[in-house]
Amino acid sequence: MKKNKVFRYLLSALMAAALFGGCAKKNAVPSVYLLNFKAEIQAQWEEVAAQFTQETGIPMKVVTAASGGYEQTLRSEIAKSAPPTVFNINGPVGYKTWASYCADLKDTQLYSWLLDKSMAINSGSGVYGIPYAVETYGIIYNDAIMRKYFALPNKAVNIAGVGDIKNFATLKAVVEDMTKNKAALGIGGVFASTSFSPGEDWRWQTHLANLPIYYEYQAKNVGDLEKIELTYTKNYQNIFDLYINNSITDRKMIGSKTVGDSMSEFALGQVAMVQNGNWGWSQIAGESGNVVKPEDVKFLPIYTGVNGEETQGLCTGTENFICVNARAPAADQEASLKLLEWLFNTPAGKKNVIEKLGFVAPFSTFGPQERPEDPLVKEMFRYLDDSGLNSVAWNFPTFPSQEFKNELGAALYQYALGNKSWDDLTKETVTSWATEKAAIQ
Amino acid sequence: MEKSLKKYFLFFVGPTLIAFLIAFVIPFIAGIILSFARFTTMTDISWVGFSNYVRAFSNSDFVNALKFSALFTVVSVIIINVAAFSLALLLTRGIMGTNIFRTMIFMPNLIGGIVLGYIWQFIINGFLSIFGVTITVDAKYGFWGLVILSNWQFIGYMMIIFIAGIQNIPGDIMEAATIDGAGPFTVLRKITIPLVMPSITITLFMTIANSFKMFDQNLALTAGAPGKETAMVALDIYNTFYSRVGWEGVGQAKALMFFLVVVVITLVQLTITRRKEITN
Repeated sequence: MKKNKVFRYLLSALMAAALFGGCAKKNAVPSVYLLNFKAEIQAQWEEVAAQFTQETGIPMKVVTAASGGYEQTLRSEIAKSAPPTVFNINGPVGYKTWASYCADLKDTQLYSWLLDKSMAINSGSGVYGIPYAVETYGIIYNDAIMRKYFALPNKAVNIAGVGDIKNFATLKAVVEDMTKNKAALGIGGVFASTSFSPGEDWRWQTHLANLPIYYEYQAKNVGDLEKIELTYTKNYQNIFDLYINNSITDRKMIGSKTVGDSMSEFALGQVAMVQNGNWGWSQIAGESGNVVKPEDVKFLPIYTGVNGEETQGLCTGTENFICVNARAPAADQEASLKLLEWLFNTPAGKKNVIEKLGFVAPFSTFGPQERPEDPLVKEMFRYLDDSGLNSVAWNFPTFPSQEFKNELGAALYQYALGNKSWDDLTKETVTSWATEKAAIQ
Repeated sequence: MEKSLKKYFLFFVGPTLIAFLIAFVIPFIAGIILSFARFTTMTDISWVGFSNYVRAFSNSDFVNALKFSALFTVVSVIIINVAAFSLALLLTRGIMGTNIFRTMIFMPNLIGGIVLGYIWQFIINGFLSIFGVTITVDAKYGFWGLVILSNWQFIGYMMIIFIAGIQNIPGDIMEAATIDGAGPFTVLRKITIPLVMPSITITLFMTIANSFKMFDQNLALTAGAPGKETAMVALDIYNTFYSRVGWEGVGQAKALMFFLVVVVITLVQLTITRRKEITN
């Protein structure tokens, strides 16, 4: 009886020791914890993590935030006792939130491989965020429909093909003539729905708004502004009007349309053009009943009528920057850098980046043959490799806040409905930019 | 007996107490502290005094959301309670199929708010498309959409509470009243309503609190569009917290003020309706 009791105590002591031992062990072996930003590649990241652990022996955990919920997840995860060691920030504004968590990556190999050092997030002499996936957006068009249009005997323009569209005036003439001939072309409208369902307006208040801001920055030779004048507001209006006036959806109905609706209209061949980025390819290819052939999916720059826009390329950049958690244990930080070096410099890692994750990595370790096989990525390189063209930089990471974008989106929607004049929209946007820039200190 | 109760007090109350501390008291105190601070995460805060409260009123969003919520609460509380009470009266008469109707009317309450919001967005947009508009074209569509949605969701639930109250009324009182010559309207006014007062207290409390705090239905149905015209207080707090860098504390301050408003309103309501309760 007594023996039994002793045995029992011993057993529980042992179990407790095993428990605490487990904890201690976990702290001793460096590990990686990556908080993934893109919900659509969650499974792929898990596979990459398994392979990394297998090859290097470093345990790796991947947690994926729900789409649109990255900030929320990061906030709660990073306050935990085992926080993420590698995470994403979305640019200079995101850096303001997370500055005290971002380790200086200036002396890392990853930074030395970065092709365009100006793309990284700098502060003082340090480098705190490194872009790892370059993306592009523009007007995606269906070449089959465009060829059909240019073969029409009664077309009103005297150019031979899409290749001759080099500025807004030509684009407008083509689009408006296509709208007149939409029955002959078998389409419901030239452009896909200008989506304004709640939360679905980012193509207009972020991506499209980037163009006037980009030209304003260029004209003033700056990379960020506390106050804007929106000097290129007329150009913004040009392209926005073109979209809503030649759309498949009536302007009163756009409030119920999502980005997914727009992409499926394109995939089903109901429209000839849609503004979106290279990430849209998976949506086009994944649509059931898709009639668009991969070789017909092409990009056109977003022309807005700016002088000299004949040399404008696509809008290429990134808003995903990788950061290493400065507050994680030093050994974990080192392990995290090892992960990044493995991913972007070993054959196995690079294979994962290209084939599984589908990133166009902006590092010197990737050769010209090492690119994802995707028609829109091919298009992106067609534009990038053309030395006569200049890419439009992604300046929207310098937009003051989500609040600013929401207000602009709401104003654009009111303009589309006819409840607001473009002049008011311009004034409000200029004011909102200034107040929001002042609001974040 | 007394002694052993004391001895086992912690054993029985302990788990609940700990759960209550972890899930309510601690977060609540943390929330109060955070409303006076500037922070990115809970472990990384700096004291800023009352400036969050001042900043909460630096634009009209919060006040507008309060007004919108208040209007919504008044309208939906009246409609929900009147409709739920009428249905309860109807379904305590022993009509055939009563149980089926009760179940059917109660069922919407089992569906989550986000799902409901999206379903009703489809339905309302489908209906409005006849007139060539959508729910976000005008704030009044969004307002009535929310009212319809919340009615559909809560009427069944409140009806069940009313049914329980009505069934508790002793049959002899009703019978005596009828014999004394009271018509159906008099019975309703003098007997039924006074005797279901406890149920009314509960349903009013629940509908007022739920309508004021409504979030997921609001997020899914309109997300505040057009502009922020249909944003209710909870949604405004959420947007404040997540859509600006450095405004987390302001969101927290708004949340605390909102909590006080809801507490005051429901306390007033509880005292008033409690006073009218009579025991039978």
